Amino acid sequence: MTGSFEPKIVGILCNWCSYAGADLAGTSRLKYPANIHIVRVMCSGRVDPTFVLKAFELGADGVLVSGCRPGDCHYVDGNYKTMRRTPLLENLLSQMGVEPARFRQVWVSASQGEIFARIVEEMVKDLKEIGPYMRQGGEELA
Amino acid sequence: MPKLKLAIYWAAACGGCDVAILDLDEKILKVAEAADIVLWPIAMDYKYEDLTALPKDSIDVCLFNGAVRNSEQKELAHALRERSRVMVAFGSCACFGGIPGLANFTSREGVLERVYKTSPTTINKEGVLPQVESTVPEGTLTLPAFMNRVYTLNQVIDVDYYLPGCPPPADLIWAAVEAIVSGNLPPKGSVIAGTKSLCDTCHRVKEQKNLKGFVRPHQIIPDPEKCLLEQGLVCCGPATRDGCGHRCIKANMPCRGCFGPTGHIHDQGAKLVSALASILQATTEEEARQAAETIVDAAGTFYRFGLPDALLQRVKRREQA
Repeated sequence: MTGSFEPKIVGILCNWCSYAGADLAGTSRLKYPANIHIVRVMCSGRVDPTFVLKAFELGADGVLVSGCRPGDCHYVDGNYKTMRRTPLLENLLSQMGVEPARFRQVWVSASQGEIFARIVEEMVKDLKEIGPYMRQGGEELA
Repeated sequence: MPKLKLAIYWAAACGGCDVAILDLDEKILKVAEAADIVLWPIAMDYKYEDLTALPKDSIDVCLFNGAVRNSEQKELAHALRERSRVMVAFGSCACFGGIPGLANFTSREGVLERVYKTSPTTINKEGVLPQVESTVPEGTLTLPAFMNRVYTLNQVIDVDYYLPGCPPPADLIWAAVEAIVSGNLPPKGSVIAGTKSLCDTCHRVKEQKNLKGFVRPHQIIPDPEKCLLEQGLVCCGPATRDGCGHRCIKANMPCRGCFGPTGHIHDQGAKLVSALASILQATTEEEARQAAETIVDAAGTFYRFGLPDALLQRVKRREQA
């Protein structure tokens, strides 16, 4: 891809750890790409796989879901629900033609601003390599 | 009261929907009393000209079964829409793409390659593929163009009602016929089936759902009284619309999802990911990964009847977009 492509990433972060982690990246004046659009939810366990598909449907090039590290969930086991969902969703997405780099589910604690910034940097770099997410179909209906 | 003018057409479908209409048994005579069938290619002899000769809005109801997969079906869908006052997407293929819709995992080239070249029962040394136009000494022959994808009926034309099922059960067909004959029609866009999920009306005993992984139907003999999900089978009941009469469940087989998602669900596959993951007991990423691997062909299972209608594949008609 040309260098001019700027991927759009939807980041769905849990309120207690990952959003605080992203906040820490900001207050620590860490620089990371502005391609990520953050949506704060109370818990990563609340992220219905529909949200991820919907983000792609509405034009996202990548989706990042981040929760507390296993064992640290504010709601005790909310992030375990995320953990059980992720591999199944990844399988579904790859069969639907969505490249693995477009969906990432990570754990970021409130003290890991640096890690958050690095994850976003990596994701933007990977998405710039594979280019925009293109939906196919419909061209024969006109 | 003048008799209703009824058209029944099939596109990319197996013919089971047409047979389902005959499954009304003796009630079919009542259909014949109330309606004149103006087009039904599978049962009666009609030519394309018989349809094009009809004026606009001259058909009261069109039951259209099958998905749209080639240029002829697309043309017929438009021709029928123009002449029909009420258009019903009849059966899972017309509603969501159905089994033919699974072809959307590949492309036109992929399908032709497999069917005409690499399938074990094919001998095609010259690699002949169907052509839209071919010249023979007598002149030029034409075939409908095979499209790159399979479309649901409402991606091609405006649809008034949906009657899902593979095939739709006789009681729902009859309910639809009665509604049409009496003029007591539900609001446009209604799905003529249940509103709840299949699990909601399932009579099986549901206790504790705690699985390490899933099994496939040939690997176990399921207990006929117990929830099939609890026994480890991938049952699409949590995300599937009720109304089928539990045909599969009663036969001790898990739900395949042919009634499509309930009205509140945006995407049947995503909801099934959520529902199935929620009954796993994995506590590490590795265990979760292993459990997910026990579902062979996740997308093909979750979108068995609705791949063209999946969020990531859904196409909007130009006038909707």
